[in-house]
Amino acid sequence: MRAITKKDLKIFGACAVVYAIIEALLQMNVIGSFWELNLILIAINIIMAVSLNLINGYTGQFSLGHAGFMAVGAYVSAIITVKFHLPFLLAILVGALASGLLGFLIGLPTLRLNGDYLAIATLGLGEIIRITILNIPYVGGASGFMGIPRYTNFAWAFFVCLFTLFFIKNFVNSSHGRACISIRENEIAAEAMGIDTTKYKVIAFTTGAAFAGVAGALFAHYFYIAHPASFTFMMSFNYLTMVVMGGLGSITGSIAGAVILTFVSAALASWPEWRMIVYSIVLILLMLYRPQGLFGNMELTSLSIFKRFKGGSK
Amino acid sequence: MNGGERMEFLEQLIQQLINGVSLGSIYALIALGYTMVYGIIKLINFAHGDIYMIGAYVGFFATANLGLSFVPSLILSMIISGLIGMLIERMAYRPLRHAPKIAVLITAIGISLLLEYGGMLVFTPQPRTFPNVLESTTYHMGPFVVNSQQIIILVVSVILMIILTYVVQKTIIGKAMRAVSFDTDAAQLMGIDVNRIISATFGIGSALAAAAGVLVGIYYNSIDPLMGIMPGLKAFVAAVLGGIGIIPGAMAGGVILGVIEALVSGFISSTFRDAAAFAILIIILLFKPSGLFGKNVREKV
Repeated sequence: MRAITKKDLKIFGACAVVYAIIEALLQMNVIGSFWELNLILIAINIIMAVSLNLINGYTGQFSLGHAGFMAVGAYVSAIITVKFHLPFLLAILVGALASGLLGFLIGLPTLRLNGDYLAIATLGLGEIIRITILNIPYVGGASGFMGIPRYTNFAWAFFVCLFTLFFIKNFVNSSHGRACISIRENEIAAEAMGIDTTKYKVIAFTTGAAFAGVAGALFAHYFYIAHPASFTFMMSFNYLTMVVMGGLGSITGSIAGAVILTFVSAALASWPEWRMIVYSIVLILLMLYRPQGLFGNMELTSLSIFKRFKGGSK
Repeated sequence: MNGGERMEFLEQLIQQLINGVSLGSIYALIALGYTMVYGIIKLINFAHGDIYMIGAYVGFFATANLGLSFVPSLILSMIISGLIGMLIERMAYRPLRHAPKIAVLITAIGISLLLEYGGMLVFTPQPRTFPNVLESTTYHMGPFVVNSQQIIILVVSVILMIILTYVVQKTIIGKAMRAVSFDTDAAQLMGIDVNRIISATFGIGSALAAAAGVLVGIYYNSIDPLMGIMPGLKAFVAAVLGGIGIIPGAMAGGVILGVIEALVSGFISSTFRDAAAFAILIIILLFKPSGLFGKNVREKV
């Protein structure tokens, strides 16, 4: 199996066309700043949802602390650009590295826990990260890290998001990804088959955390500010809703979840109190009537209409 | 450290212990509901903290709008919240009895968000000032200050815990609850209506959380729709600390957590108070996941 297949090239081509159209519309001011913001938010949310899906959906390790890693990425990248005046790409990379490293350090001990214990422990760790940031005056403490330059534009968001999708898709389809999926299906059986379950759980957790850091860097450099109050566990629940709605273990599902819910919250922008009510009802109804989410663990591209595009990629 | 400083330190220590015990008994009341539900259906009922919020609001309306005094409004709040807890179990958790654990956990998160933001819509997000139903007198015992409301919190919590222990240990429904928690299938084969027992467990747990809500409302004078999030999570920490599923464990865990929090906010910084609770959770989960009162159970393949 090659890293880049013919099918991937076709998808890249399609994405380039989509990008060109949207960028042209943005340049001609057909899309106003409100929808530009939402397009960038969609890209950031897709990165968050897909990376959370890698942990929750593919590896089956229920994490509720994703916003904490996003916060680390946001703050570390902001330090790089604001305090050291280094380029944005480097800031994204260092942000990703920092939250990946933290994910590794946190994941190593906590991933021994399972199910609901892991959920609560990660939720607690996310909050600890936030409270720690709140108490560091160097990054602004409770009033937030202000004066971050706006480097994120649609091009950055789009291509970083595309890279994330490509990376995670290839990871999931590799032998590492299959090891992760086997842990989700049955951890004891996976271990009996000789899979080092701790190693793969930590790999998935670290990768997911690193991409959350990337999303955090894009987020902070779009909104000029990184504020500890933005990264509460409510934010983690947002991304959880996107992942669950799309389907645990489906990348296209997570994309759909991120796109739909970002549009829903944009549409409900004037009634913010209704947004969380809609989210909660979506969660409850999905669990009661369609617990596998919109796509289950299928991909949109595995539908029969896409079959003929597949060519010799298998 | 000279003699005077040491005295001052000791005085502050004991003062924080007094504050911690009254705060801790609130956590203990909420933790009991978590632990009982977990003991029976192995579910972390994320919505439990929000039942505590509902309890506080029912208590608020009972005292402010109906003009009831402390004890009747406490009982009214416990009954109504108990019924709401049973309703939630019936509507949301019972259809998922055989679904994967994660599905039930996500539903619980959904219910919790629905109660929080539904509460914002119904009760408005503005904090309400709880009517002053109990006179607050401050007693000075030497250098220490004890508030009469702290004593009432402690007394009411102890009474409720004694009643709970009696119900669980001596009554027929308590016996059935213990049987279901020990082995659900065997209990069902012995003719116990498992669904009814689960429903009763939710009712009792929710009533205890509601009592905690009313007590906190009286103590802090202010309630709001999101007040249940943090105490709910911390009560869960208390339940894990004592050993989840173990009733005396939840009581002890709550008090220990309350004392630790009071010490952290008294001696380090109140901003680290919430972090301390989660740090305890992680330490306990890593070193003794069965909790202080729990026995280690080997996982069978």
